[in-house]
Amino acid sequence: MSFISYLINGLSLGSVYAIIALGYTMVYGIAKMLNFAHGDVIMIGAYTALIAMTQAGMPPIIGVLIAVCVCTLLGIVIERIAYKPLRNASSSLAVLITAIGVSYLLQNIALLIFGANAQTFQSVIKWKGISLAGGKLNISGETIVTIVVCLIIMAALITFVQKTKPGQAMRAVSEDKGAAQLMGINVNGTIALTFAIGSALAAIAGVLLCSAYPSLTPYTGAMPGIKAFVAAVFGGIGSIPGAFIGGLLLGVIEIFGKAYISSQMADAIVFAVLIIVLLVKPTGLLGKKIQEKV
Amino acid sequence: MLKKMTKNTKSNLITYGIVIVAFVVMQTLISAGSISSLLEGLMVPICIYVILAVSLNLVVGILGELSLGHAGFMCVGAFSSAFFSKCMRDVITVDIVRFLLALLIGIVTAAVFGILIGIPVLRLKGDYLAIVTLAFGEIIKNLVNVLYIGKDANGFHFSTKDVMALNMEADGTVIVNGPQGITGTPKDATFLIGFILILITLFIVLNLINSRDGRAIMSIRDNRIAAESVGINVTKYKLMAFTISAALAGAAGVLYAHNLSTLTANTNNFGYNQSIMILVFVVLGGIGNIRGSIIAAVVLTLLPELLRGLDDYRMLIYAIVLIVMMLFNWAPKVIEWRERHLRFGRRKKEAVE
Repeated sequence: MSFISYLINGLSLGSVYAIIALGYTMVYGIAKMLNFAHGDVIMIGAYTALIAMTQAGMPPIIGVLIAVCVCTLLGIVIERIAYKPLRNASSSLAVLITAIGVSYLLQNIALLIFGANAQTFQSVIKWKGISLAGGKLNISGETIVTIVVCLIIMAALITFVQKTKPGQAMRAVSEDKGAAQLMGINVNGTIALTFAIGSALAAIAGVLLCSAYPSLTPYTGAMPGIKAFVAAVFGGIGSIPGAFIGGLLLGVIEIFGKAYISSQMADAIVFAVLIIVLLVKPTGLLGKKIQEKV
Repeated sequence: MLKKMTKNTKSNLITYGIVIVAFVVMQTLISAGSISSLLEGLMVPICIYVILAVSLNLVVGILGELSLGHAGFMCVGAFSSAFFSKCMRDVITVDIVRFLLALLIGIVTAAVFGILIGIPVLRLKGDYLAIVTLAFGEIIKNLVNVLYIGKDANGFHFSTKDVMALNMEADGTVIVNGPQGITGTPKDATFLIGFILILITLFIVLNLINSRDGRAIMSIRDNRIAAESVGINVTKYKLMAFTISAALAGAAGVLYAHNLSTLTANTNNFGYNQSIMILVFVVLGGIGNIRGSIIAAVVLTLLPELLRGLDDYRMLIYAIVLIVMMLFNWAPKVIEWRERHLRFGRRKKEAVE
C-alpha cells in the first residue's frame, strides 16, 4: 500500500515539475534559449498569491488568478527588456547569462520586499482528499488537484498548439523564424505569447508547489526550476509531450529514491538517471534527432 | 626585440604583465597597511576565481562546449586535498611541503574525475552536454554531503549513513563528517601562492592555445566535422581540454579548502550557483578571451564587496549591472549604436580601410 501512496505522491510532484517544464520547453522550442529565470517566476507567482490571499483577504481562486496575471505580465516584460535585444546576438551564451541576471534580480527583489524568512503558504485547496482501502491509503486534496490540473493544462496546451492559429504560428516560428516571418506571422508577438503562456503556467505551478510544500522563501523557485529543466531535457527539450513525461518520471523517481534508497541522495539519483538516459538517447526521450550537415 | 614577437606572444606578455603588476601593487598596499582587512581577505578568493574563470574559458571559449559543472571539479580538488592535509597535519609539519603535496593530490584527483566524467559527457552536444555537466556537478556535491570518513588504529572507516555507522574504536577521529564537512584544515593558502598558481594556470592555458594541440582544439570548436575529416582525433582533443580544465579547477579547489578552516559543500560554494557564477565571469570577460576572464573575475568578485555600503541593495544592483553589461556587450543594436557614436581606435581604423 505504501508503494501506491509513494507512486501517487511522485505523480503529484511530477505534475508540478511537468507544468514548470512545459514553460522551459516551449520557450526553448521557440527562442532556443534556456530561461534560467523561469524558476524565479514560480516564486513570484507564489508570493503574489500569498499576498492576495492573506493581506487582501481574497478567496483562493481570485488569488491564483491574480498570480497568473502578474506572472504573465512579468514574463512579457522580461522577454521584452532582457531577452529580445539579444535575440540575434553572436553567441547564444549571452542570453543565457542575461537570464541568470534576471534570476538574481527577481530573487533579490523578493528578498527586499518579503525578507529572507520563510513564510507559511496556506494551501489553496480546502478539500481534505479521499481515503481508500479502509483508511490505509490517504490521498490529500492537493495531490489530486495537482495531478488533475496538470492533465487539463497538458490537454489544453496540445489542443492549442495543434489546432489554433496562434498555436500553428508557434510551431512555424520554432521551425524556421525567417520563413515564418515571410509567411506573415508576427514573430515577435508569437515569442511574447510563448513567454506569457510559460509564465502563466509557472504561476500555477508555484501555487500548487507551495500548497503541497508550504514554506516560501525567495529561493523556493530555484531548485524546482533546475529539476524541471532536467525534466524538460529528460523528455527531449522542445517537445511538449516530452516535458510532460519527463516531469512525471522525474517526480516518481525522486519520491521513490527518497523512500527506498536514501533521502539525502534523492537529488543525486535523479541526476544520475538523467545522465544514463542522455547517454543512451542523447536528445532525450522524445527529442528530435538533428542530422548534422557539413 | 618586441617587433620580432608575434601578435600572440605580445598579447600574452601583456596578460602576464597585468597580473604581475596587479600583484605587486596589491602586495605593496597590503604591507603598507592601507587596505581594509576585508579587502585583504578577498585576495585569495580573487585568485581562486581567476583560476576558475581561466580554466572554464578553456572549455567554453577554446573548446566551445558549455559546462555548468565546473564547481564540481573544484569540490573534488578541495575535499581530496583537505582530506590529505588533515590526515597529514601532524605527520608533515613543514607547511609548504604539505601544501604542495595536497595541491598535487587535489589536481590529480580532479583530473581523474575530469577524464571519468569527460568520456561519457563529451559524446553529447550543446545544451544536452551543459545539463549533464550540471548533473555531474550536483551529484558530486550531493555525494560529498553523505560521505563520512573516520580514522582509528585499524585504519580508515567509510560510511554514507552517519558517524555511528563508522564503527570506530574509542580513539578514532572523524575526518569527513557528512554535511558538516571537514573541519580543521590547515590555513596554508596565501596571496603569494594564489598569485603563483594564477601564473602557472596562465602559462598552461596560454601555451596550450598557441600550440598545435590548441589549434586542433579550436578547429573542433569551429567545425567539428571539418576537423574530423582532416584527421584530428576529436575525442582525444576534447578530453584533453576538458581534463586540463578540470585539473586547474581542482587547483582552485585546493586553494579554497586551505583558505578556510571549515570546508562544507553547499549550493553556493560547490553547487550550480557557483558554476554559473564562474560562467558569468567567462561570458562577461569575453568568450575565449583569457585576459577578459581575469578582469571580469576580479571586478565581479570585488563588486559585491565594494557595494557593501548599499547593504540590502547590493545584490540587486549586482544583478542589474550584470543584465545591463550583457545588453551593452552583446545586443546587436547596441553594438551598432556603439560603433556609430563611440569611436574606439580599432573600429576607426576599419572605417578608413
